[in-house]
Amino acid sequence: MTTTETEMADYRATLPIVRPQLPRWAPWLVLGASLAVGALLMLLVGFGPFGAAVVAGLVYFFALPAWSRVVEGPRKSTDRLMSAMIWSAFIIAMIPLVTLVWTVLKNGLPAISVEFFTASMFSVVGEGGGIYHAIMGTFIVTLWATVISVPVGVMAAIYLVEYGRKKPLAKVITFLVDVMTGIPSIVAGLFAFALFVIIFGPGIRMGFGGSLALSVLMIPIVVRSTEEMLKLVPDELREASYALGVPKWRTITKVVLPTAMAGILTGVMLAVARVAGETAPLLIIAGDTDGTNFNAFADRMATLPVFIYYSYTQPGIPPEFGRERAWGAALVLIAIVMGLNLLARAVGRYFAPKTGR
Amino acid sequence: MSVQAPTAPAPVRRRGDVVFASLARGAGITILVALAGVAIFLTLESVPAITASPEEIGGDNILVYVWPLLFGTLLAAALALLIATPLSIGLALVISHYAPRRLAKPIGYLIDLLAAVPSVVYGLWGIGFLGPRVYDAYGWLADNLGWLPFFEGPPNGRSILTASIVLAIMALPIITAICREIFAQTPTLHQEAALALGATRWEMIRMTVFPYGRSGMVSAVMLGLGRALGETMAVAMVLSATGVVTFNLISSVNPSTIAANIALKFPEATGVDVNVLIFSGLVLFVVTFGVNFLGRAIAARGAVKEER
Repeated sequence: MTTTETEMADYRATLPIVRPQLPRWAPWLVLGASLAVGALLMLLVGFGPFGAAVVAGLVYFFALPAWSRVVEGPRKSTDRLMSAMIWSAFIIAMIPLVTLVWTVLKNGLPAISVEFFTASMFSVVGEGGGIYHAIMGTFIVTLWATVISVPVGVMAAIYLVEYGRKKPLAKVITFLVDVMTGIPSIVAGLFAFALFVIIFGPGIRMGFGGSLALSVLMIPIVVRSTEEMLKLVPDELREASYALGVPKWRTITKVVLPTAMAGILTGVMLAVARVAGETAPLLIIAGDTDGTNFNAFADRMATLPVFIYYSYTQPGIPPEFGRERAWGAALVLIAIVMGLNLLARAVGRYFAPKTGR
Repeated sequence: MSVQAPTAPAPVRRRGDVVFASLARGAGITILVALAGVAIFLTLESVPAITASPEEIGGDNILVYVWPLLFGTLLAAALALLIATPLSIGLALVISHYAPRRLAKPIGYLIDLLAAVPSVVYGLWGIGFLGPRVYDAYGWLADNLGWLPFFEGPPNGRSILTASIVLAIMALPIITAICREIFAQTPTLHQEAALALGATRWEMIRMTVFPYGRSGMVSAVMLGLGRALGETMAVAMVLSATGVVTFNLISSVNPSTIAANIALKFPEATGVDVNVLIFSGLVLFVVTFGVNFLGRAIAARGAVKEER
């Protein structure tokens, strides 16, 4: 073997078969290093946790693409930079969720007691009092909103799916329902107020007005979700029913609706969860009061969101008790809304019609 | 697709069918009536405000009253979208392309939870948590970028930028939800073709996912804009508003928004003031209706293209 041959073999051995790549653990290593830099700044220079996190992020954004650019080339380097940015979008979006839950828990838990759930704010000054009246108000207003929205929403969805296919009226309704989902809640409240002022005279406040406003927000959600569910019902079921000579309306009520029931229920519960937290329309038409009012058709009615708003912005003297009640009520409201959300999904999954066999 | 009763012999019109069909159609028409009702009753109740003499409203023309509010509404919503759009697209990509499949679903749930938080709680969080913490950052902005008109200062936690951040968080879930659905629909063959030609993941997304989902992304942003324009309580609680027209984003002197202004003034308003507020609500309704209409129209056009 001559020297030139060995040299050639050596040279060939150094030629890469694939393009050079950073090892799999490289991003983690750089991440660790950037976090270490952040922690060092925190310890030595006295950065806050937020500032340190920002610095660590910037170090990561710079270091990994730079390393990658040297080893892997510019295209791969851009790819790594974009991956980092996209994942950081996720981390940034989680910050409000985590801090919100944490803040509400921290400030709200001290307010929770038996009295908090059983007492109203009637003639309470300073410490004590509770949110019984507001919980009842939210329950009544939401109940009436559901009573209005569900029949209208479900029937409209039935029209769209079962009767209206390809008809111009159905197309217009579908489009406007979509547009209606974007109506600002405060406009819905003003609508209910404007309507009731014409009927009952100026300065009108009643719980049912709130229900009406909420149903303007709720109907489009119910229609959309019911529509989706009805579309999922296989046509074979309908055809089998028709083949047995069952009229169309009996087919819908006895075959189509029961099949889609779980999904419709999920949609309704999600819609309830969405409107139960609405504040603006109730602030306008239902108002606020300290006592418990069970009659939706007369007088002001307190609701949880409005209670939170007023307890925080007009806490009374001394302010800390009002503020504490506001946080406590916020905790209760979040628990109700998120509980409804989770329950709705559980219902949807548990009672879903079995697809396939 | 459509299923109709067999019609070979003369069709039998059963009474139950007729009643049920007209009930269903009636429900559909009720929705149209309700939507028209919103416009009609708001217009009826804002007539007194339009015809009222300037003295009754407080010196000026009604348009002069509404303009700063409209400006504040548009400014806050635009800022919110500036923050929310890139974040939402990133989030949607995490769910549709980046996260391992097992993680994608829980991440989607977390984002949905963000949408479930009531706006009044966001307001509490904005005042109680976010406001004090952004104060330092605003101070830094005022010191170092104070020569820009946006960051003149003096810094204040309850500025329009804080309100916009809260609005951005509230608009985030809806934009993300629509974007992720669109991204997930990108034809697999396009993506695999790009990867087979040696594209990196980001190049694949830029060459296949984004062009395919362009109209969907635009409509998602429009719908997020609709949400941000109409959001009330968070802004009403966070913003310290004085009703001026200014581009200074971090001070305590801010333009108010239409929705927040209604929420703050309505409970105590009487007489023609109520009508003035309803008129501003009508303006808000028209603006959001237009934005949503446009957003849905763009989405519908994209959907038609897909079918062909």
